[in-house]
Amino acid sequence: MIGDSSVFDTLVGGYWIPLVMKAAAVLIVFLVVPLAVGYMEHKVLAHMQARLGPMEAGAFHGWAQLVADGVKFIQKEDVVPTAADPGVFSLAPAVVLIPYIVTLVAIPFGPRLYALDLDVGVFFVLAMSSVGVIGILMAGWASANKFSLIGALRAAAQLIAYELPLVLVAAAVVMQAGSMSLLQITEAQSRYWNIVYPWQLVGFVIFMMAAVAELTRPPFDMPIADSEIIFGAYTEYTGLKFAFFLLSEYGGIVVMSAVASVLYLGGYQPLPGLAIIPGFLWMFGKIFALSFVIIWLRATFPRLREDQLQRFAWVGLTPLALALILVTSVYKVGV
Amino acid sequence: MNAHEYAFVAVATIGSIAAVAVVTARNVVHAALYLVVTLAAVGITFLLLGAEFVGWVQILIYVGAIVILFLFGLMLTKAPIGRDALDYQNRAVGAVVSVVVALGLGSLILRAWPLASTPAAPSAPGGSDVLGSALFNTYVLPFEAVSFLLLAALIGAIVLARRDEGT
Repeated sequence: MIGDSSVFDTLVGGYWIPLVMKAAAVLIVFLVVPLAVGYMEHKVLAHMQARLGPMEAGAFHGWAQLVADGVKFIQKEDVVPTAADPGVFSLAPAVVLIPYIVTLVAIPFGPRLYALDLDVGVFFVLAMSSVGVIGILMAGWASANKFSLIGALRAAAQLIAYELPLVLVAAAVVMQAGSMSLLQITEAQSRYWNIVYPWQLVGFVIFMMAAVAELTRPPFDMPIADSEIIFGAYTEYTGLKFAFFLLSEYGGIVVMSAVASVLYLGGYQPLPGLAIIPGFLWMFGKIFALSFVIIWLRATFPRLREDQLQRFAWVGLTPLALALILVTSVYKVGV
Repeated sequence: MNAHEYAFVAVATIGSIAAVAVVTARNVVHAALYLVVTLAAVGITFLLLGAEFVGWVQILIYVGAIVILFLFGLMLTKAPIGRDALDYQNRAVGAVVSVVVALGLGSLILRAWPLASTPAAPSAPGGSDVLGSALFNTYVLPFEAVSFLLLAALIGAIVLARRDEGT
Protein backbone atom coordinates (compact mmCIF):
# COMPACT_ATOMS: atom_id res chain seq x y z
CA MET A 1 0.00 0.00 0.00
CA ILE A 2 2.90 2.31 0.71
CA GLY A 3 3.94 4.22 -2.34
CA ASP A 4 0.41 4.48 -3.64
CA SER A 5 -0.58 8.05 -4.03
CA SER A 6 -3.34 9.73 -2.12
CA VAL A 7 -6.94 8.94 -3.04
CA PHE A 8 -7.34 12.56 -4.06
CA ASP A 9 -4.69 12.12 -6.76
CA THR A 10 -6.13 8.93 -8.22
CA LEU A 11 -9.75 10.06 -8.17
CA VAL A 12 -9.18 12.82 -10.72
CA GLY A 13 -6.14 13.66 -12.77
CA GLY A 14 -4.27 16.89 -13.05
CA TYR A 15 -2.55 19.02 -10.44
CA TRP A 16 -4.89 21.78 -9.39
CA ILE A 17 -8.14 19.88 -8.90
CA PRO A 18 -6.71 17.36 -6.38
CA LEU A 19 -4.90 20.23 -4.64
CA VAL A 20 -8.12 22.21 -4.21
CA MET A 21 -9.93 19.04 -3.06
CA LYS A 22 -7.24 18.33 -0.46
CA ALA A 23 -7.38 21.90 0.83
CA ALA A 24 -11.18 21.74 1.04
CA ALA A 25 -11.08 18.37 2.84
CA VAL A 26 -8.54 19.62 5.40
CA LEU A 27 -10.58 22.77 6.00
CA ILE A 28 -13.82 20.81 6.43
CA VAL A 29 -12.17 18.44 8.93
CA PHE A 30 -10.76 21.44 10.79
CA LEU A 31 -14.10 23.20 10.93
CA VAL A 32 -16.16 20.16 11.94
CA VAL A 33 -14.06 17.99 14.27
CA PRO A 34 -12.97 20.74 16.73
CA LEU A 35 -16.60 21.84 17.06
CA ALA A 36 -17.56 18.25 17.85
CA VAL A 37 -14.80 18.13 20.47
CA GLY A 38 -16.03 21.44 21.88
CA TYR A 39 -19.55 20.07 22.19
CA MET A 40 -18.10 16.95 23.79
CA GLU A 41 -16.31 19.13 26.34
CA HIS A 42 -19.57 20.88 27.26
CA LYS A 43 -21.36 17.59 27.72
CA VAL A 44 -18.60 15.53 29.34
CA LEU A 45 -17.72 18.24 31.86
CA ALA A 46 -21.39 18.72 32.63
CA HIS A 47 -22.07 15.05 33.27
CA MET A 48 -18.90 14.65 35.32
CA GLN A 49 -20.17 17.51 37.48
CA ALA A 50 -23.65 15.94 37.67
CA ARG A 51 -25.48 18.51 35.53
CA LEU A 52 -26.85 18.51 32.00
CA GLY A 53 -24.87 21.08 30.04
CA PRO A 54 -26.39 22.92 27.06
CA MET A 55 -29.84 21.50 26.26
CA GLU A 56 -31.74 24.22 24.37
CA ALA A 57 -29.93 25.15 21.13
CA GLY A 58 -30.76 22.70 18.35
CA ALA A 59 -33.21 19.86 18.60
CA PHE A 60 -31.14 17.15 20.28
CA HIS A 61 -29.38 17.84 23.60
CA GLY A 62 -28.21 21.30 22.56
CA TRP A 63 -25.99 20.13 19.74
CA ALA A 64 -26.08 23.55 18.07
CA GLN A 65 -24.75 25.34 21.16
CA LEU A 66 -21.31 26.03 19.64
CA VAL A 67 -22.85 27.27 16.38
CA ALA A 68 -25.01 29.62 18.42
CA ASP A 69 -21.92 30.69 20.37
CA GLY A 70 -20.19 31.42 17.07
CA VAL A 71 -23.07 33.60 15.89
CA LYS A 72 -23.00 35.41 19.24
CA PHE A 73 -19.24 36.01 18.95
CA ILE A 74 -19.66 37.48 15.45
CA GLN A 75 -22.25 39.95 16.74
CA LYS A 76 -20.11 41.18 19.63
CA GLU A 77 -18.23 44.46 19.46
CA ASP A 78 -14.60 44.09 18.45
CA VAL A 79 -12.75 46.04 21.18
CA VAL A 80 -9.09 46.99 20.82
CA PRO A 81 -7.73 48.62 24.01
CA THR A 82 -6.46 52.20 23.59
CA ALA A 83 -2.96 51.36 24.80
CA ALA A 84 -2.70 48.21 22.69
CA ASP A 85 -0.52 47.77 19.63
CA PRO A 86 -3.38 47.39 17.10
CA GLY A 87 -1.50 45.52 14.33
CA VAL A 88 0.08 42.88 16.53
CA PHE A 89 -3.09 42.62 18.62
CA SER A 90 -5.21 41.77 15.55
CA LEU A 91 -2.67 39.45 13.96
CA ALA A 92 -2.16 37.29 17.07
CA PRO A 93 -5.36 35.13 16.85
CA ALA A 94 -4.49 34.16 13.26
CA VAL A 95 -0.91 33.26 14.23
CA VAL A 96 -2.30 30.94 16.92
CA LEU A 97 -4.97 29.35 14.72
CA ILE A 98 -3.33 28.81 11.31
CA PRO A 99 -0.48 26.45 12.40
CA TYR A 100 -3.04 23.95 13.69
CA ILE A 101 -4.92 23.98 10.37
CA VAL A 102 -1.66 23.48 8.48
CA THR A 103 -0.69 20.59 10.76
CA LEU A 104 -3.75 18.58 9.70
CA VAL A 105 -2.33 18.36 6.16
CA ALA A 106 0.17 15.71 7.24
CA ILE A 107 -2.19 13.50 9.29
CA PRO A 108 -3.09 10.23 7.50
CA PHE A 109 -6.69 9.04 7.95
CA GLY A 110 -6.26 5.88 5.88
CA PRO A 111 -3.61 4.07 3.83
CA ARG A 112 -4.52 6.33 0.92
CA LEU A 113 -6.60 8.95 2.68
CA TYR A 114 -4.20 11.79 3.39
CA ALA A 115 -3.43 15.19 1.92
CA LEU A 116 0.36 15.08 1.98
CA ASP A 117 2.82 12.31 2.87
CA LEU A 118 5.80 14.29 4.08
CA ASP A 119 9.14 12.53 4.40
CA VAL A 120 9.62 14.35 7.72
CA GLY A 121 5.97 14.34 8.86
CA VAL A 122 6.65 14.10 12.61
CA PHE A 123 9.04 17.01 12.46
CA PHE A 124 6.59 19.05 10.40
CA VAL A 125 3.80 18.51 12.91
CA LEU A 126 5.95 19.36 15.92
CA ALA A 127 7.47 22.39 14.17
CA MET A 128 4.05 23.75 13.28
CA SER A 129 2.56 23.17 16.71
CA SER A 130 5.36 25.21 18.28
CA VAL A 131 4.73 28.23 16.05
CA GLY A 132 1.43 29.07 17.78
CA VAL A 133 3.29 30.15 20.92
CA ILE A 134 4.49 33.24 19.07
CA GLY A 135 0.84 34.18 18.65
CA ILE A 136 0.21 33.85 22.39
CA LEU A 137 3.28 36.02 23.14
CA MET A 138 2.06 38.56 20.57
CA ALA A 139 -1.41 38.60 22.11
CA GLY A 140 -0.11 39.02 25.64
CA TRP A 141 2.37 41.74 24.80
CA ALA A 142 0.17 43.73 22.43
CA SER A 143 -2.72 43.85 24.92
CA ALA A 144 -0.72 46.30 27.09
CA ASN A 145 -2.12 44.63 30.18
CA LYS A 146 0.02 43.21 32.98
CA PHE A 147 -2.15 40.13 33.44
CA SER A 148 -1.97 39.42 29.72
CA LEU A 149 1.81 39.78 29.70
CA ILE A 150 2.23 37.49 32.72
CA GLY A 151 -0.04 34.94 31.06
CA ALA A 152 1.92 35.10 27.80
CA LEU A 153 5.24 34.69 29.61
CA ARG A 154 3.92 31.71 31.55
CA ALA A 155 2.66 30.18 28.30
CA ALA A 156 6.03 30.66 26.59
CA ALA A 157 8.01 29.23 29.51
CA GLN A 158 5.69 26.26 29.71
CA LEU A 159 5.80 25.55 25.99
CA ILE A 160 9.59 25.69 25.87
CA ALA A 161 9.78 23.33 28.84
CA TYR A 162 7.33 20.76 27.47
CA GLU A 163 8.42 20.96 23.83
CA LEU A 164 11.56 19.04 24.78
CA PRO A 165 9.99 15.83 26.17
CA LEU A 166 7.43 15.95 23.35
CA VAL A 167 10.10 15.97 20.64
CA LEU A 168 12.27 13.42 22.46
CA VAL A 169 9.55 10.77 22.87
CA ALA A 170 8.46 11.36 19.27
CA ALA A 171 12.10 10.72 18.30
CA ALA A 172 11.92 7.38 20.15
CA VAL A 173 8.90 6.39 18.03
CA VAL A 174 10.72 7.51 14.89
CA MET A 175 13.66 5.30 15.84
CA GLN A 176 11.39 2.32 16.38
CA ALA A 177 9.54 2.79 13.08
CA GLY A 178 12.65 3.74 11.12
CA SER A 179 10.89 6.64 9.42
CA MET A 180 9.69 10.16 10.13
CA SER A 181 6.75 9.92 7.75
CA LEU A 182 3.46 9.65 9.64
CA LEU A 183 2.19 7.22 7.01
CA GLN A 184 5.21 4.93 7.37
CA ILE A 185 4.97 5.07 11.17
CA THR A 186 1.35 3.93 10.92
CA GLU A 187 2.21 1.14 8.50
CA ALA A 188 5.02 -0.03 10.81
CA GLN A 189 2.33 -0.67 13.46
CA SER A 190 0.18 -2.96 11.29
CA ARG A 191 1.10 -5.94 13.55
CA TYR A 192 1.56 -4.39 16.98
CA TRP A 193 0.62 -0.87 17.96
CA ASN A 194 3.52 0.97 19.52
CA ILE A 195 1.72 1.17 22.83
CA VAL A 196 2.14 -2.59 23.48
CA TYR A 197 5.88 -2.09 24.00
CA PRO A 198 6.33 -1.17 27.68
CA TRP A 199 8.78 1.67 27.02
CA GLN A 200 6.55 3.14 24.32
CA LEU A 201 3.66 3.00 26.78
CA VAL A 202 5.77 5.22 29.03
CA GLY A 203 6.44 7.38 25.98
CA PHE A 204 2.70 7.61 25.27
CA VAL A 205 2.02 8.84 28.81
CA ILE A 206 4.85 11.40 28.54
CA PHE A 207 3.56 12.50 25.13
CA MET A 208 0.03 13.02 26.38
CA MET A 209 1.20 14.95 29.46
CA ALA A 210 3.46 17.17 27.36
CA ALA A 211 0.69 17.63 24.79
CA VAL A 212 -1.80 18.74 27.46
CA ALA A 213 0.86 21.15 28.73
CA GLU A 214 1.46 22.46 25.20
CA LEU A 215 -2.25 23.10 24.86
CA THR A 216 -2.21 24.85 28.27
CA ARG A 217 -5.15 22.72 29.35
CA PRO A 218 -5.79 21.75 32.98
CA PRO A 219 -3.89 20.64 35.06
CA PHE A 220 -1.28 22.68 33.18
CA ASP A 221 -3.37 25.82 32.69
CA MET A 222 -1.22 28.29 34.66
CA PRO A 223 -1.06 30.67 31.63
CA ILE A 224 -4.81 31.28 31.83
CA ALA A 225 -5.30 30.71 35.55
CA ASP A 226 -8.55 32.61 36.01
CA SER A 227 -8.25 32.97 39.76
CA GLU A 228 -4.85 34.70 39.44
CA ILE A 229 -4.49 36.46 36.10
CA ILE A 230 -8.10 36.74 34.81
CA PHE A 231 -7.66 34.94 31.47
CA GLY A 232 -3.97 35.34 30.72
CA ALA A 233 -3.04 36.47 27.24
CA TYR A 234 -6.67 36.41 26.07
CA THR A 235 -7.99 38.81 28.74
CA GLU A 236 -8.46 41.80 26.40
CA TYR A 237 -9.94 39.87 23.49
CA THR A 238 -13.60 39.98 22.52
CA GLY A 239 -15.86 38.78 19.75
CA LEU A 240 -14.51 36.92 16.78
CA LYS A 241 -10.86 37.18 17.82
CA PHE A 242 -11.65 35.50 21.13
CA ALA A 243 -13.60 32.84 19.22
CA PHE A 244 -10.44 32.19 17.17
CA PHE A 245 -8.51 31.48 20.35
CA LEU A 246 -11.23 29.09 21.52
CA LEU A 247 -11.28 27.36 18.15
CA SER A 248 -7.51 26.95 18.20
CA GLU A 249 -7.73 25.37 21.65
CA TYR A 250 -10.15 22.72 20.36
CA GLY A 251 -8.20 22.43 17.11
CA GLY A 252 -5.08 21.87 19.18
CA ILE A 253 -6.78 19.06 21.11
CA VAL A 254 -7.74 17.41 17.82
CA VAL A 255 -4.26 17.77 16.31
CA MET A 256 -2.44 16.51 19.40
CA SER A 257 -4.86 13.56 19.74
CA ALA A 258 -4.37 12.75 16.06
CA VAL A 259 -0.58 12.81 16.37
CA ALA A 260 -0.68 10.67 19.51
CA SER A 261 -2.99 8.18 17.72
CA VAL A 262 -0.57 7.93 14.81
CA LEU A 263 2.53 7.63 16.98
CA TYR A 264 1.23 5.17 19.59
CA LEU A 265 -2.22 3.78 18.77
CA GLY A 266 -1.57 2.66 15.21
CA GLY A 267 -3.45 5.52 13.51
CA TYR A 268 -5.97 4.01 11.12
CA GLN A 269 -4.93 0.41 11.95
CA PRO A 270 -7.86 -1.61 13.34
CA LEU A 271 -7.82 -3.84 16.40
CA PRO A 272 -7.32 -7.51 15.45
CA GLY A 273 -10.52 -9.07 14.13
CA LEU A 274 -12.24 -5.74 13.61
CA ALA A 275 -10.74 -4.92 10.21
CA ILE A 276 -14.26 -4.71 8.78
CA ILE A 277 -14.62 -1.23 10.24
CA PRO A 278 -12.90 1.18 7.80
CA GLY A 279 -9.62 2.81 8.77
CA PHE A 280 -10.77 6.41 8.86
CA LEU A 281 -13.44 5.50 11.43
CA TRP A 282 -10.73 3.95 13.61
CA MET A 283 -8.69 7.12 13.26
CA PHE A 284 -11.60 9.37 14.19
CA GLY A 285 -12.53 7.02 17.02
CA LYS A 286 -9.02 7.22 18.45
CA ILE A 287 -8.95 11.00 18.07
CA PHE A 288 -12.22 11.34 19.99
CA ALA A 289 -11.13 8.81 22.63
CA LEU A 290 -7.94 10.77 23.34
CA SER A 291 -9.83 14.07 23.25
CA PHE A 292 -12.16 12.58 25.85
CA VAL A 293 -9.16 11.76 28.07
CA ILE A 294 -7.88 15.34 27.73
CA ILE A 295 -11.31 16.68 28.76
CA TRP A 296 -11.52 14.15 31.58
CA LEU A 297 -8.23 15.47 32.98
CA ARG A 298 -9.79 18.92 33.19
CA ALA A 299 -12.59 17.61 35.36
CA THR A 300 -10.25 15.58 37.56
CA PHE A 301 -7.05 17.39 38.47
CA PRO A 302 -6.41 20.70 40.22
CA ARG A 303 -4.03 23.19 38.68
CA LEU A 304 -0.29 22.79 39.22
CA ARG A 305 1.70 25.67 40.70
CA GLU A 306 4.03 27.43 38.24
CA ASP A 307 7.28 26.20 39.85
CA GLN A 308 5.92 22.65 40.20
CA LEU A 309 5.05 22.76 36.54
CA GLN A 310 8.56 23.76 35.45
CA ARG A 311 10.20 21.27 37.81
CA PHE A 312 7.98 18.48 36.52
CA ALA A 313 9.12 19.11 32.94
CA TRP A 314 12.83 19.60 33.51
CA VAL A 315 13.46 17.16 36.37
CA GLY A 316 10.79 14.58 35.56
CA LEU A 317 9.74 14.26 31.95
CA THR A 318 12.87 15.28 30.04
CA PRO A 319 15.32 12.82 31.71
CA LEU A 320 12.70 10.08 31.41
CA ALA A 321 12.31 10.83 27.70
CA LEU A 322 16.09 10.67 27.25
CA ALA A 323 16.18 7.28 28.99
CA LEU A 324 13.40 6.18 26.66
CA ILE A 325 15.51 6.98 23.61
CA LEU A 326 18.32 4.89 25.14
CA VAL A 327 15.99 1.91 25.72
CA THR A 328 14.55 2.19 22.20
CA SER A 329 17.99 2.24 20.62
CA VAL A 330 19.06 -0.80 22.66
CA TYR A 331 15.93 -2.58 21.42
CA LYS A 332 16.54 -1.52 17.83
CA VAL A 333 20.17 -2.68 17.85
CA GLY A 334 19.54 -5.80 19.93
CA VAL A 335 16.44 -7.26 18.26
CA MET B 1 12.10 31.29 -15.15
CA ASN B 2 10.08 28.31 -13.93
CA ALA B 3 7.59 28.17 -11.05
CA HIS B 4 10.36 27.15 -8.66
CA GLU B 5 12.36 30.28 -9.38
CA TYR B 6 9.32 32.54 -9.15
CA ALA B 7 8.60 31.05 -5.76
CA PHE B 8 12.20 31.61 -4.69
CA VAL B 9 12.13 35.25 -5.83
CA ALA B 10 8.87 35.85 -3.94
CA VAL B 11 10.11 34.21 -0.73
CA ALA B 12 13.51 35.91 -0.93
CA THR B 13 11.88 39.31 -1.47
CA ILE B 14 9.58 38.90 1.53
CA GLY B 15 12.48 37.64 3.65
CA SER B 16 14.74 40.53 2.64
CA ILE B 17 12.09 43.18 3.26
CA ALA B 18 11.45 41.67 6.68
CA ALA B 19 15.21 41.57 7.35
CA VAL B 20 15.50 45.28 6.59
CA ALA B 21 12.49 45.89 8.82
CA VAL B 22 14.22 44.05 11.68
CA VAL B 23 16.94 46.69 11.85
CA THR B 24 14.79 49.72 10.99
CA ALA B 25 11.89 48.93 13.34
CA ARG B 26 11.62 51.43 16.19
CA ASN B 27 10.07 48.95 18.54
CA VAL B 28 12.22 46.08 19.70
CA VAL B 29 9.33 43.58 19.88
CA HIS B 30 8.30 44.45 16.32
CA ALA B 31 11.90 43.80 15.28
CA ALA B 32 11.73 40.33 16.83
CA LEU B 33 8.44 39.63 15.03
CA TYR B 34 9.94 40.70 11.69
CA LEU B 35 12.79 38.31 12.48
CA VAL B 36 10.17 35.51 12.59
CA VAL B 37 9.24 36.32 8.98
CA THR B 38 12.90 36.39 7.90
CA LEU B 39 13.72 33.06 9.54
CA ALA B 40 10.57 31.46 8.14
CA ALA B 41 11.60 32.70 4.68
CA VAL B 42 15.01 31.05 5.16
CA GLY B 43 13.22 27.83 6.13
CA ILE B 44 10.99 27.97 3.06
CA THR B 45 14.06 28.58 0.89
CA PHE B 46 15.53 25.33 2.22
CA LEU B 47 12.24 23.60 1.36
CA LEU B 48 12.34 25.04 -2.18
CA LEU B 49 15.85 23.65 -2.57
CA GLY B 50 14.52 20.18 -1.69
CA ALA B 51 16.11 20.10 1.76
CA GLU B 52 12.90 19.18 3.57
CA PHE B 53 14.46 18.13 6.85
CA VAL B 54 16.72 21.18 7.17
CA GLY B 55 13.80 23.44 6.28
CA TRP B 56 11.49 22.12 8.99
CA VAL B 57 14.30 21.99 11.55
CA GLN B 58 14.96 25.64 10.76
CA ILE B 59 11.33 26.44 11.52
CA LEU B 60 11.14 24.22 14.63
CA ILE B 61 14.36 25.52 16.17
CA TYR B 62 14.49 29.15 15.06
CA VAL B 63 10.84 30.18 14.77
CA GLY B 64 9.55 27.78 17.41
CA ALA B 65 12.28 28.15 20.01
CA ILE B 66 14.97 30.81 19.45
CA VAL B 67 12.62 33.68 18.61
CA ILE B 68 10.35 32.68 21.48
CA LEU B 69 13.36 32.88 23.80
CA PHE B 70 14.16 36.31 22.30
CA LEU B 71 10.63 37.56 22.91
CA PHE B 72 10.63 35.96 26.35
CA GLY B 73 13.89 37.69 27.26
CA LEU B 74 12.71 41.02 25.88
CA MET B 75 9.38 40.90 27.67
CA LEU B 76 10.94 39.82 30.96
CA THR B 77 13.45 42.67 30.90
CA LYS B 78 13.02 45.88 28.96
CA ALA B 79 10.31 45.67 26.34
CA PRO B 80 7.73 48.39 26.89
CA ILE B 81 4.25 46.95 26.54
CA GLY B 82 1.79 48.45 24.10
CA ARG B 83 2.78 51.18 21.68
CA ASP B 84 5.78 52.77 23.45
CA ALA B 85 8.98 52.61 21.46
CA LEU B 86 12.32 51.36 22.68
CA ASP B 87 15.02 52.34 20.26
CA TYR B 88 18.79 52.08 20.33
CA GLN B 89 20.27 55.12 18.58
CA ASN B 90 23.68 53.71 17.68
CA ARG B 91 23.01 53.20 13.96
CA ALA B 92 26.44 54.14 12.47
CA VAL B 93 28.36 51.34 14.19
CA GLY B 94 25.63 48.88 13.27
CA ALA B 95 25.79 49.93 9.60
CA VAL B 96 29.60 49.49 9.49
CA VAL B 97 29.44 46.04 11.10
CA SER B 98 26.64 44.85 8.80
CA VAL B 99 28.41 46.07 5.63
CA VAL B 100 31.64 44.31 6.67
CA VAL B 101 29.79 41.06 7.46
CA ALA B 102 27.82 41.22 4.19
CA LEU B 103 31.00 41.80 2.14
CA GLY B 104 32.84 39.01 3.93
CA LEU B 105 30.07 36.44 3.56
CA GLY B 106 29.31 37.52 -0.01
CA SER B 107 32.90 37.14 -1.17
CA LEU B 108 33.20 33.81 0.64
CA ILE B 109 30.09 32.42 -1.09
CA LEU B 110 31.16 33.77 -4.49
CA ARG B 111 34.61 32.18 -4.12
CA ALA B 112 33.09 28.84 -3.15
CA TRP B 113 30.40 28.82 -5.87
CA PRO B 114 31.28 31.17 -8.77
CA LEU B 115 28.23 32.55 -10.56
CA ALA B 116 28.72 30.56 -13.77
CA SER B 117 28.96 27.21 -11.98
CA THR B 118 25.79 27.57 -9.92
CA PRO B 119 23.38 24.80 -10.91
CA ALA B 120 19.92 26.04 -11.77
CA ALA B 121 18.13 23.24 -9.97
CA PRO B 122 19.02 21.26 -6.83
CA SER B 123 21.19 18.32 -7.82
CA ALA B 124 19.81 15.79 -5.35
CA PRO B 125 16.91 15.85 -2.90
CA GLY B 126 18.11 16.35 0.65
CA GLY B 127 15.77 14.05 2.53
CA SER B 128 16.48 13.01 6.09
CA ASP B 129 18.20 9.75 5.00
CA VAL B 130 20.63 11.56 2.68
CA LEU B 131 21.39 14.14 5.33
CA GLY B 132 21.76 11.51 8.05
CA SER B 133 24.23 9.36 6.15
CA ALA B 134 26.19 12.45 5.09
CA LEU B 135 26.40 13.65 8.70
CA PHE B 136 27.39 10.31 10.20
CA ASN B 137 29.67 9.04 7.41
CA THR B 138 31.40 11.90 5.64
CA TYR B 139 31.16 14.65 8.23
CA VAL B 140 31.17 12.71 11.49
CA LEU B 141 34.25 14.48 12.90
CA PRO B 142 33.00 18.06 12.39
CA PHE B 143 29.60 16.91 13.65
CA GLU B 144 31.09 15.53 16.87
CA ALA B 145 33.26 18.64 17.27
CA VAL B 146 30.19 20.86 17.02
CA SER B 147 28.26 18.70 19.51
CA PHE B 148 31.20 18.92 21.93
CA LEU B 149 31.32 22.70 21.55
CA LEU B 150 27.58 23.02 22.14
CA LEU B 151 27.76 20.79 25.21
CA ALA B 152 30.59 22.93 26.59
CA ALA B 153 28.55 26.08 25.93
CA LEU B 154 25.53 24.52 27.63
CA ILE B 155 27.51 23.61 30.75
CA GLY B 156 29.14 27.03 30.73
CA ALA B 157 25.74 28.73 30.61
CA ILE B 158 24.50 26.67 33.55
CA VAL B 159 27.63 27.49 35.55
CA LEU B 160 27.21 31.21 34.84
CA ALA B 161 23.49 31.20 35.63
CA ARG B 162 23.75 29.15 38.82
CA ARG B 163 24.29 30.98 42.06
CA ASP B 164 25.82 28.78 44.74
CA GLU B 165 24.18 28.54 48.13
CA GLY B 166 25.41 31.00 50.73
CA THR B 167 27.13 33.50 48.46
